Amino acid sequence: MNEREIELEVLRYDPEVDEKPRFQRYKVPCKSDWVVLDALNHVKAEQDPTLSYRWSCHMAVCGSCGMMVNGEPKLACKAFLRNYTGVIRVEPLAHFPIERDLVTVIDDFMDKLKRVRPYLIPKEEKSLAAGEYRQTPAELKKYKQYTQCINCMLCYAACPEYGLIPKFIGPAAITLAHRYNQDSRDGGREQRQEEIATSEGVWECSFAGACSEVCPEHVDPASALQQVKIESTIDWYRDHLMPWLKK
Amino acid sequence: MSRKPYHREVPKAGWVFDHPRYMRYMAREFTCLFIGGYTLLLVVGIGRLAAGRADYEAFLEALGSPLGIAFHVLALGFAIYHSVTWFNLTPKALPVQIGEDFMPDKVIAGAHYAVWAVLSLGILFLSGAF
Amino acid sequence: MAKSNKPLVWGPFAAGGTITAFVTPVLILLTLLAALGHAPDLLAFDRLHAFASNWFAKLAIVGVVFLSLWSAAHRLRITCYDLGVRADTLVATVLYIVAIVATIATAIYLWGI
Repeated sequence: MNEREIELEVLRYDPEVDEKPRFQRYKVPCKSDWVVLDALNHVKAEQDPTLSYRWSCHMAVCGSCGMMVNGEPKLACKAFLRNYTGVIRVEPLAHFPIERDLVTVIDDFMDKLKRVRPYLIPKEEKSLAAGEYRQTPAELKKYKQYTQCINCMLCYAACPEYGLIPKFIGPAAITLAHRYNQDSRDGGREQRQEEIATSEGVWECSFAGACSEVCPEHVDPASALQQVKIESTIDWYRDHLMPWLKK
Repeated sequence: MSRKPYHREVPKAGWVFDHPRYMRYMAREFTCLFIGGYTLLLVVGIGRLAAGRADYEAFLEALGSPLGIAFHVLALGFAIYHSVTWFNLTPKALPVQIGEDFMPDKVIAGAHYAVWAVLSLGILFLSGAF
Repeated sequence: MAKSNKPLVWGPFAAGGTITAFVTPVLILLTLLAALGHAPDLLAFDRLHAFASNWFAKLAIVGVVFLSLWSAAHRLRITCYDLGVRADTLVATVLYIVAIVATIATAIYLWGI
């Protein structure tokens, strides 16, 4: 297997020592099929144990290793070195505060996930004796795509609106709400609408579509948000023009 | 261990130049200037139509100035960019599930393009453009 | 958090975006032909005047003008915000008023035809 020496330029930030972040370069001998994460692991193991970053599965299912590679939000485990030439710049995921080195503060996203109630809220209580919820293949397909989100937050890094307006609930959280709204077993849409049909919910989105472009799991959050906009708009006109109609 | 998270500034308007996808987005958004501008031009034209033959024909002649023609060409380019981006994004906002599967995006967008072509040719024909 | 009233302005924006996508390019072509000296028959004063005398045509023209201007106004509002202009309420008010005033002007002009 071919060896190749690549140079990484990595953003470093030590909150106990630094006033602001700085860049540090590392020369790394790499195998030709390596990803950026392999190079980082090599640096940490052989050159600089102080380098901090999140990672886990190394196969694009856990969503831990999101970072900016040459200015583009990517999973470090899915950024193949063979696709890059010259010095590779590695920075923490954009639009999040930096905790340390490549580790971001993700509390904001965690809060927003909770707010959208990302769990089934049954229409009515059903005892175990009444049996399981049944769903046709068509009903499953209706929301299946939106279940693929791995909460990697690349979409938040790409979204220009989130960058400008941090209180925006954001692509992944709203898409997850939509996933449950579309689930035939769920009856919690009204509750979720209270969170996402707000000015800091879906109405902050301007359909730039950057989120869907960077999503590693092809969830297409932009499509979910537009569908939420259309449904919310129909709701609004119906509620305001025909208030006598009960849902 | 003390925490001191570092907040990176987002440039107020400069972010548009950070990546081609943001430039494409801004180009799409800028189509509104030309579509809005052209529609206001139509409103002026309707006003001249109401004012009488002389005013209306002066309006048509003014359209033929170099500035008028340049504006039309630019506006046409931007209007087409708006149409293309709008039709390509419509399937994302209005998915159609038939049975188990969803209609492919190309079919929904394609139908819009077809209607656009028929409508445009129809209007051109009925107006006596050819 | 209270649900937003954005749908009130977004609905016409979506309708206007759709209409302008279908119709604006061909309209530009018509007046471009006129600008180049090959005005289509419909744009001759007598024919256009007759066309605009029809009440159905008047309604259609006002509708298309309103929705086209509204969707442009809404998009420009968002763009101003994207480019750092934070006075959103002011920008929105100004732009939507322009759209409404121009529509009223169109209606008044057509009334006189």
